[in-house]
Amino acid sequence: MRLTLPLTIGATVVLFAAAACGGGQPEVAPAPDPDSIAREQARRDSIAAAQARADSIRRAQEEADRLARQRTADSLAAVRRENEAVMEMISRRLHFDFDRSVIRPGQDTEVLEQKLAILQANAGLRLEITGHCDERGTDEYNMALGMRRAVSAKQFLVDRGIDEARITVRSRGEEQPLDSGHNEEAWQLNRRDEFRVTAGGGSLKRPGM
Amino acid sequence: MIGPSDRAVWRCGAGSALLALLLVSVLQSIPARLSAQDPVEQGVRLGITYTPGMRPGMLVLGGPQRERLDSVRTIIQRDLEFSDRFEMIYLPGGDSLILGVGPAPDSVVNPGTADVFVNYSLYEALGADYAVSVLEEYDSTLSVNLYDVAGEAVRTSARIDPLGVSSLDFRMAAHRAADAIVRAATGEPGYAASQVLFVSRGRLYSVDSDGANTRLVSPPEADTFSPAWSPDSRSFAHTELSEDGWGTIVVQDRVTGRRRTVTPTTEYLNLSPDFSPDGGTLVFSRGWDEGTQLFSYNLAQDCCLQRLTVGRLSDNLSPAFSPDGRRIAFESNRVGLAQIYIMSADGTDQELFAPYDYGVTGDSHSPAWSPDGLNLAFHRTVAGSPQIFVMGVRGRSVRQLTSAGRNEDPTWAPDGRHLAYKSNRTGAEQIWVIDIETGRVRQLTRLGQTRMPSWSPSITESNQP
Repeated sequence: MRLTLPLTIGATVVLFAAAACGGGQPEVAPAPDPDSIAREQARRDSIAAAQARADSIRRAQEEADRLARQRTADSLAAVRRENEAVMEMISRRLHFDFDRSVIRPGQDTEVLEQKLAILQANAGLRLEITGHCDERGTDEYNMALGMRRAVSAKQFLVDRGIDEARITVRSRGEEQPLDSGHNEEAWQLNRRDEFRVTAGGGSLKRPGM
Repeated sequence: MIGPSDRAVWRCGAGSALLALLLVSVLQSIPARLSAQDPVEQGVRLGITYTPGMRPGMLVLGGPQRERLDSVRTIIQRDLEFSDRFEMIYLPGGDSLILGVGPAPDSVVNPGTADVFVNYSLYEALGADYAVSVLEEYDSTLSVNLYDVAGEAVRTSARIDPLGVSSLDFRMAAHRAADAIVRAATGEPGYAASQVLFVSRGRLYSVDSDGANTRLVSPPEADTFSPAWSPDSRSFAHTELSEDGWGTIVVQDRVTGRRRTVTPTTEYLNLSPDFSPDGGTLVFSRGWDEGTQLFSYNLAQDCCLQRLTVGRLSDNLSPAFSPDGRRIAFESNRVGLAQIYIMSADGTDQELFAPYDYGVTGDSHSPAWSPDGLNLAFHRTVAGSPQIFVMGVRGRSVRQLTSAGRNEDPTWAPDGRHLAYKSNRTGAEQIWVIDIETGRVRQLTRLGQTRMPSWSPSITESNQP
């Protein structure tokens, strides 16, 4: 039995194929039949029409897909732009007076208030704050001073309700100057806190949205 | 090779000839100069600056010109010069070459140095209180001999065995001989057999006390910081900074290079380590959310991290054990500007150490205790520039040592009389050495952007693993 069934199926397929071939043979002397020509034409027309309909549907579908993709891309870009804008805000540096770690009221507290709002609007956001110094001062003392600068920015945020576990502090002392010059302009630029997002930076919401 | 018989011939022949030449060339001019007190010729300091009760005159004798002997002579002469304890006597031209210890005039020569002819009266005439010879012995060792000119006797003799030692060991053996000379002549320790660690562009290097033999000792990719020697000079601790902003303290063996991470320092920013005098405890500063605070850790038992300072948002760093191990000096900015404090080794009894006038004295950093425990060196800002100071621990009197350029991070030589420190007095930051008695300075390093020097104790062990 196990062998018989496949053989039967195989034989059937062969016979069927032979019949089909026979049917496709050109007729010996076909007489032109106007009806059949018209029917054939109608058949072709209907196929063409169906084809056209299908094409138009396909094109419409493609257009719709393209538009959908575009919309997605646009909205992704918008999100990305939004993200970048928020990222730009969150990474904005803070600067310090010589040998000081206090946050200067005014522009510097505004910079931190902005970060505070972003942290409040994005609960998954985590930050790393790294303090830096200018080249003056002892190498080791500057490591400590950089740490104090990072801690003082963190404290500002924690005092206003941010969970301290969301913020880590680091110091690079005078090891990574932004400007390698040896003048007050360079020093001022180098005395800074840098802010880096360590988690939750994927789709940041603007504060107040 | 020169055999004993050849040597005898050499000593009888060439030696006598050289000696004769010496006596003619030197003696004919010296007495006149000394008596008439003529202006001193270029490069000649014959008895002019020598004053009894001040620095004794020291003459390093020439001798047979052989590469090894000459290099030992050069090393020892420079070490004695750098000790700043002697009035070094240099002779013009090639005279010093023939001023050597020669054979006894009667040519009775036995092995060893006892029978060689030492021309004490000549050395005395040159203003020398001591003379040093470097000789090759029959067993191929070198002897470094100190002659007491007034007492007409050999004061000490150090041996250097050049066989089977590396060139590094050979240099260090010569430095040890120089230290033996200093000790025998003055009763004070020398510092020649020692090295200074320093950081240059993130890499850790060592250099011998005479400025020779600069070597990279950290892995080439490491970002190193704040080195500190162990009290037996067998190993050193230092911080390795990581990309994520943490600093881990590593103890590395000077000879084998074997490295050990100090267990609790794999997180946070751990810096400025210092060993207790018994080597069993490490104190260091740690920076994190609570500022920078001092901790101690029991290295011997690999346990027991202990916090020594408190005070949120005050920095406490750069600890320095007193040589008796009972106290720790450190810097703290607890009252505003950083100043030098002291506490017991367990963190109790913290108080201000180096006096200052509030609002007048500049910030003070990087205390370092002298090996004899009598002095504390540190740097303090004067008119905007850091300068090196030394404080007598007992009377707490403070003395400023430097004034040219910015001078920071002092570290004591094993003789307790010299300090190495970072200075930009020539423009670039380099490590310099100052003699705190005379104020004489010399540049120790030549690499770019050098900083954070740490001077080893005397290195008495071989460099061989």
